[in-house]
Amino acid sequence: MDNHFEAGLDELRHKLLTMASHSETAVNRAVQALVQRDSALAQRVKDEDRVIDHFEVEIDDLVIQLLTKAPLATNLRLVTVAMKISQDLERIGDEASKIAKRARDLSMEPPIKLNLDLPHIAGLALDMLKTALDAFVNKDPVAARAVIPRDKEVDALNKQIHATLARHMVENPDTIGRCLHWMVASKSIERIADHATNVAEDVVYLCEAQDIRHTGVKSGIVA
Amino acid sequence: MATANTSDSAALTVRDLSIFFGGNHVLKNVSLDIAARSVTAIIGPSGCGKSTFLRALNRMHELVPEARMTGGIRLFGDDIYARGIEPVVVRRRVGMVFQKSNPFPTMSISENVTVGLRLNGARDKKFLVQRTEQSLRMAALWNEVKDRLHAPAISLSGGQQQRLCIARALAVQPEVLLMDEPASALDPLATSKIEDLVRELKKNYTIVIVTHNMQQAARISDFTAFFYLGEMVEFGPTAKIFTNPAQKRTEDYVTGRFG
Repeated sequence: MDNHFEAGLDELRHKLLTMASHSETAVNRAVQALVQRDSALAQRVKDEDRVIDHFEVEIDDLVIQLLTKAPLATNLRLVTVAMKISQDLERIGDEASKIAKRARDLSMEPPIKLNLDLPHIAGLALDMLKTALDAFVNKDPVAARAVIPRDKEVDALNKQIHATLARHMVENPDTIGRCLHWMVASKSIERIADHATNVAEDVVYLCEAQDIRHTGVKSGIVA
Repeated sequence: MATANTSDSAALTVRDLSIFFGGNHVLKNVSLDIAARSVTAIIGPSGCGKSTFLRALNRMHELVPEARMTGGIRLFGDDIYARGIEPVVVRRRVGMVFQKSNPFPTMSISENVTVGLRLNGARDKKFLVQRTEQSLRMAALWNEVKDRLHAPAISLSGGQQQRLCIARALAVQPEVLLMDEPASALDPLATSKIEDLVRELKKNYTIVIVTHNMQQAARISDFTAFFYLGEMVEFGPTAKIFTNPAQKRTEDYVTGRFG
């Protein structure tokens, strides 16, 4: 194989994984800022979102360059999947920014008396992302498929959190504004899990050339 | 060994084809069906047997001393190697265009187009004129040469000469057109014209094309066969061969890991 092209593929994988690291860190910090009412940390997450955005632009540029070499088979799938994964990672960065914004707003108001355990649901979403990315690195479609059904658990927890907040708002109308911030933050974490699912589906496509998106197969298991 | 299922719409049916040049077994038990009115690309590294396979489809390999074949090839059901079938007859039904364009240098443009017809006894001038225009139009060359049909064929550019050779092949109204790297000696613009022509011709002809250019195969072919060391490793729809080949050797070849 053209060494220059192979080096391009290596660079693409490396950039993607570095971008993923930044996105994961952003989510962790955003949730920490929310729970610890740390407005400085929240602002840092918002400021550093541009780093993640820049990665998406760099990866798109690199993909275009590699496409001019007319890659085929697994190389073609890798290049196109990398572009899609970078989009999901950029959206995860945006969701972290949203959480950080809500964290900053909430830090300026008294805390509400509810134990919502957002770190737990965030941990689930981030573990899905980590598993999907490990599957990408290890070219493991089985591990990737196993990520997909876990999205249901995150969806269910998000619904619970929303229900809890809704009840609290009814009983304590003066907390409506703050509760809405928490709802948005929880929804952002649910969206992060959705993006992790997308990454897993892309890894299946990369490894098996099978497009399992929109098939209604929520389990991700081969029929 | 890869095989392809028999299809009622097969123009060429190849079964257990083996070719030997002396003691050299150059093509090994190849079986596939070439669909009618389609473009089938033959790819593979140098020396894999692509051109030998192509030439077997119209018995051109017999021009090589000590050539021997086993197995069979049918053209729309007719055994082209049956006893009593003349190779010339086969080559009228299965035309060929070569890598280096080879117009007859002492003939004009129109004479090149009609040479096959005249060799078969055609004499009617009106018929020859009509067939000349028809063939040149089919080869997308008519507008460029209609005002100088009596000019020497070698006065044409490389790309035009190649299209003239295609017109010459089409003039005898073959059923199949074989192309052995028809654009490899041409510039990108001329190549693009040949590729456009292939896409147009497949509406009425079955085309088998040997190419080293995988992107070309991806652009213009419906089916692709990958050959390696005399064997057909994989055969299938072009989209599948180039996005998700079943065989590792095919994957390695199309991704540039060898060849």
